[in-house]
Amino acid sequence: MVRSTASVDAHVLIVGGGGTGGALAHDLTLRGLRVTLVERGEFTSGTTGRHHGLLHSGARYAVNDRDSAVECIEENRILRRIAPGSFEENDGLFVGVTDEDMDYLPAFLEGCEASGIPTQVLGPEQALRLEPLLNPDLKVAVRVPDATMDAMRMPLRFFATARANGAELLNHVAVTELGTSAGRVVDATVRDVVTGIETTVEADLVVNATGPWSGQVARMAGVDVPIRPSPGVMLAVRGRLCNMVINRLHGSGDGDIIVPQRALSVVGTSSWVVEDPDDLDVPPDHVARMIEEGSKLIPAVRDAPFRAAWSAARPLIGSRDADSGRELSRTFKTIDHASDDGVAGFVTITGGKATTLRGMAEVCADTVVRVLGLDAPCRTRETVLLPHTEFYAA
Amino acid sequence: MTAADPSAATDPRTLRLRVFRFRRDDQEPRTEEFEVPVGDHTTVLDALRWIQRHRDPTLAVRHSCLHASCGTCGMLVNGREALACVTPADPRSDGTISIQPIANLPVLTDLVVDMSTFVDRFPQPHPIVRDSEFLPQATHPDDHDRYLRFEDCIECGLCLSACPVAATDDTYRGPAALAYAQRVLEQAGTSVEQRDALLDWADGDDAAWRCHAAFECTEACPSDVRPAERIMALRKLLRRREGRTA
Repeated sequence: MVRSTASVDAHVLIVGGGGTGGALAHDLTLRGLRVTLVERGEFTSGTTGRHHGLLHSGARYAVNDRDSAVECIEENRILRRIAPGSFEENDGLFVGVTDEDMDYLPAFLEGCEASGIPTQVLGPEQALRLEPLLNPDLKVAVRVPDATMDAMRMPLRFFATARANGAELLNHVAVTELGTSAGRVVDATVRDVVTGIETTVEADLVVNATGPWSGQVARMAGVDVPIRPSPGVMLAVRGRLCNMVINRLHGSGDGDIIVPQRALSVVGTSSWVVEDPDDLDVPPDHVARMIEEGSKLIPAVRDAPFRAAWSAARPLIGSRDADSGRELSRTFKTIDHASDDGVAGFVTITGGKATTLRGMAEVCADTVVRVLGLDAPCRTRETVLLPHTEFYAA
Repeated sequence: MTAADPSAATDPRTLRLRVFRFRRDDQEPRTEEFEVPVGDHTTVLDALRWIQRHRDPTLAVRHSCLHASCGTCGMLVNGREALACVTPADPRSDGTISIQPIANLPVLTDLVVDMSTFVDRFPQPHPIVRDSEFLPQATHPDDHDRYLRFEDCIECGLCLSACPVAATDDTYRGPAALAYAQRVLEQAGTSVEQRDALLDWADGDDAAWRCHAAFECTEACPSDVRPAERIMALRKLLRRREGRTA
């Protein structure tokens, strides 16, 4: 039997209500597709809402992960345009405090330039005028276009806009089974978590947008996604210790960023690898390391009153051999399981980070419309999102 | 406690959580008890998520950021308004913790309330960034005329839950919305037209003059907005506009 999917009312089921799923629902509805999104818990309750709230300039990846750096600076500019009012306009500094940090400076500046990330090199006095609480022994600071974002309210704007355009967004609805027929995913059994009632949702295509859980969901379709859930610990202290985002000028490491957010300062992060992203603890030694390393950037971190410490799992793509997660790329990947695994009607989008949620959705949606045989270009680069408060509109 | 001296861990213990349960078709809410293992750093939200994972996946709880920044996990813990993510799972003298949804908003399921009627109370437009007043000794980069930061208010609804006026009058704008209006009015750069519109809004029958000055909102706010003080400041502005003395 030849299955016809090239209809204008093609129905796509998105599994996962984080930033990626929300951005994808927005993208596909703008392209004219019928979209249902299911999230087993509350929207943005997994990794999305928990990150430290950084809109990356890409500078963090400029030396070792050029693809991610380029993605970040492009998306940074697009998001400021389509989600005005969702960012603290504050920029960021990469601060060198040791000789080793200074050794990193030439490669850092070169990597930023090659990635299209503007930089401004500041001497210690200049930097301290901008950020008086910085470590007074700093040697150099490089200004880049980082910003603080609201980790929940910015993604909620994608959900709000998608719903206003007709997407059906269902929270507290979990996928329990993916139905296959003749090598193709054709439907999903979903359970209303609150009532326990199970129903079957038919779809022309199912997209797995479950971040660190994407390995678990892919197994329902009998395919393997090489995802490495990689948690990190973050620490929030009371008081705003900086106006700009303060990063350590070095290769990636623990406790090397302080993101000001409202009247809090968030220090992050550590990195390890787990099997089950539902099973995250907050190791006390990681919290201690956030204080130790964070205070090398801003000494006042040490005495600031504690507010919260928590963990979030990054959805890193990588080999089973990775042990800290740091060696894994922060870029993202769309997998069409028809070509990769011989299972049609099933696409996974994973990896990436909050900053690149729109770009991830665009690339994934390009795959979706190609697989469905549709000609519908992306419109999310120009479409200004509704305010987050529209998410709550009845 | 400061961040630098986390208290030492001791043996895990078991607490009894008495949790409010309600589904859309239920006639009456009920209370369900769960035994939950807790350690020194267990929060109320940790305990509720443990129940979801190990005892009852149907328990509905909202959460997102886990650090008092998103405002979604507001609830009544032992009868007091709290954000579950930063509230230690400390029992009362009888070894139990009671968990209920916040008051004065419609309950959808269990601990989840309908926030649309909360958000609708705010004056429009409702931007969430403001000028940063922190580190006043800091200079700006040449191409910035100011730093912006997110508002303190995290729209959690705890102030409305604690408000005795909101308990009897569901048309009252409530502390968060009124405090927001005052915040915009006090900010330099707010236009004359915007000021007039906000003052008209605040002068309405459902607004600043309805407050009974119980100050429960300020007590409940987890984000140091001090809504009651702001409502008092708002009244002062309204009186001044009317040409009356404070």
